[in-house]
Amino acid sequence: MAGIEVTTLHKRYPDGTVAVDRVDLSIGDGELFVMLGPSGCGKTTTLRAIAGLERQTSGDIRIGSTLVNDLPPAERDIAMVFQFYALYPHLTTRDNLAFPLRAEKMPESQVRERVDEAARMMQLGPLLDRRPRRLSGGEQQRVALARALVRRPRAFLMDEPLTNLDAELRADMRTEIKHLQAQLGTTMVFVTHDQVEAMSLGHRIAILNKGRVEQIGTPLEVYDRPASLFCASFIGSPPMNLIDVEIADGALRGAGGLLLPPPPGLSRDRTLIAGVRPEALEVTEPGAEGAIPARVVSAEALGDEIIYVLDHGGARDVRVRTAPTVRYDLDAPVGLRHSGVMTPVYDASTEELVA
Amino acid sequence: MTISSDRLVKAGAVTDTVADNPLPRRRRRGRGRNIVEVTLLTVVAAAMLFPVLWILETSIKENRDVYAVPAKFFDFKVTFAHYKDVFFASDGGASDVSRSFLNSILVAGGSTVLATLFGVPAAWAYSRFPLRAKKDQLFFILSTRFMPPVVIVIPVFLMYRELGLINTHIGLILVYAAFNVSFTIWMMKGFVDEVPAEYEEAAMLDGYTRLQAFRRFTLPLLVPGIAATAVFALIFSWNEFVFAIFLTTSQDVRTAPPAIAGLIGGTTVDWGLVAACAVVFAIPVLVFAFLVRKHLVAGVTLGAVRR
Ligand SMILES: Nc1ncnc2c1ncn2[C@@H]1O[C@H](COP(=O)(O)OP(=O)(O)O)[C@@H](O)[C@H]1O
Ligand SMILES: [Mg+2]
Repeated sequence: MAGIEVTTLHKRYPDGTVAVDRVDLSIGDGELFVMLGPSGCGKTTTLRAIAGLERQTSGDIRIGSTLVNDLPPAERDIAMVFQFYALYPHLTTRDNLAFPLRAEKMPESQVRERVDEAARMMQLGPLLDRRPRRLSGGEQQRVALARALVRRPRAFLMDEPLTNLDAELRADMRTEIKHLQAQLGTTMVFVTHDQVEAMSLGHRIAILNKGRVEQIGTPLEVYDRPASLFCASFIGSPPMNLIDVEIADGALRGAGGLLLPPPPGLSRDRTLIAGVRPEALEVTEPGAEGAIPARVVSAEALGDEIIYVLDHGGARDVRVRTAPTVRYDLDAPVGLRHSGVMTPVYDASTEELVA
Repeated sequence: MTISSDRLVKAGAVTDTVADNPLPRRRRRGRGRNIVEVTLLTVVAAAMLFPVLWILETSIKENRDVYAVPAKFFDFKVTFAHYKDVFFASDGGASDVSRSFLNSILVAGGSTVLATLFGVPAAWAYSRFPLRAKKDQLFFILSTRFMPPVVIVIPVFLMYRELGLINTHIGLILVYAAFNVSFTIWMMKGFVDEVPAEYEEAAMLDGYTRLQAFRRFTLPLLVPGIAATAVFALIFSWNEFVFAIFLTTSQDVRTAPPAIAGLIGGTTVDWGLVAACAVVFAIPVLVFAFLVRKHLVAGVTLGAVRR
């Protein structure tokens, strides 16, 4: 087992695409580290560079204390699970699992032991003699995971392994992977574009955008204080309301007179944007204390909550999360007020967190 | 004709179920259409197959009946004397034509094996690795097939004379392999592209080198494609005429196409023998294509691999 250090990793493809732009990651031993970002942001490329399947243009990769830049994949002692599971189609589940062990020339009795153990962990018993073609997507996924862990590698790399599963199975597998990682204590780098997956799995999350790391933090840090407008608009469902504000009388004032608590130490004369979570706003009767007038544009009743979209005269409508018992009609005049804690504030031109 | 009208009707019925129009009406209309289809197909097939049938007939007619006017279609005496002549000379030894068949087998087989041995790894490399000016290289490889053989046969002849490759099996094998390797690379690259690189990558992470990964994982998946490609290469070499006639003069080396052509052109032509030779010449390719037909179909539909 080992941590992974990635230092100023840079990858430029022969066609000139810069897929990874000076990325630094410091992944602890035994950590479940999630790389999150939209499609095309360089997640796969980073992972493949760690695996040794892609040679970086510059930068260093260390696994444990070993500099692995020049090591072929076989000598890095890591296992990777691909989005498309890459089970060998002409081998049964059993042989697929035994494969990495036979590659190491492990004695056959020990191979059988390890395969049985992995099969037990992933509950593959009835599938052992089938070929991948005759397995469902979820089953193939479990076999792929079992194949990754059978070798007891120093680290797991997972490239969107749950993307091809349907929603229910995805939630189950998520739990299973998290449990498995905790049980084995093996370092895992998990790549996804799904923020729910990232939040529920990761000890820490790195948010990538256009080949750069925008933020690294625990799920709660990332949720509470997104480091940039990009992170603010990527995390949360629905994401933060980005409200144009100005500093007036020691408070942040948005369109329609919406007042937000001011973070300390803000200089004036800046165009600012406040990031307000939908649950930090409140829909009230019109004219309630501290509320500004607004109008209900639409409502999404999700059962356990209702998301109201309100027009308060700002450039963008705001979304408010309420309990399912809070009912207002479409087009009804309502009040809107801030009820949460301090909000993060961003500079509109640099898009970075300023306070 | 041997086309079964029953099969065609069934094929029509399948199209009907696919269409989402109300079934019964479609089926009635489809049946009327099928009669037209079957008739048309029969006529076309008759026209296409007539020369083949005529060759078959000629090969089992006595020479008298071959020249009969009006031509005899059915009422002739069947003889297999021509087939005997294909293989045996009048003194009872092996005939020149039979030796040419052996030469053809050697040359076509050898060149196909050679082209496959070089073409498949090359196709894999072109498919998997980022290479400088890859498109230009591939275009160059393809361009070696642009020249008609008659254009390059003279330079090749001159080179071969210097190298002492005229009238050798290896000379023909090399020329055909050179032609086939470009074809093999292009066709096989398509097949390799269809096999996800992840198989090899997973194997590399499992402890194999790149070449081992290719040999143990990708290669088995390529077998249908290789079979399909090899059949085409084999057919090319088997049928090739221009190089064969320019680069060989001796009966010991000459392949079947020029040897058979050589039978025509004396003062009298033994058409029965020519026909029998043609039939014998056509059979190996037909048999081979028949044996690998499953792979041919699998090769064509390889793109259906789910990703
Ligand atoms: N082999 C390649 N050649 C050229 N560009 C590539 C290659 N692979 C990926 N890219 C480009 O690099 C960028 C990052 O890709 P990738 O790492 O696959 O992103 P992600 O996994 O986050 O979706 C994309 O713009 C993609 O088009
Ligand atoms: Mg990806």
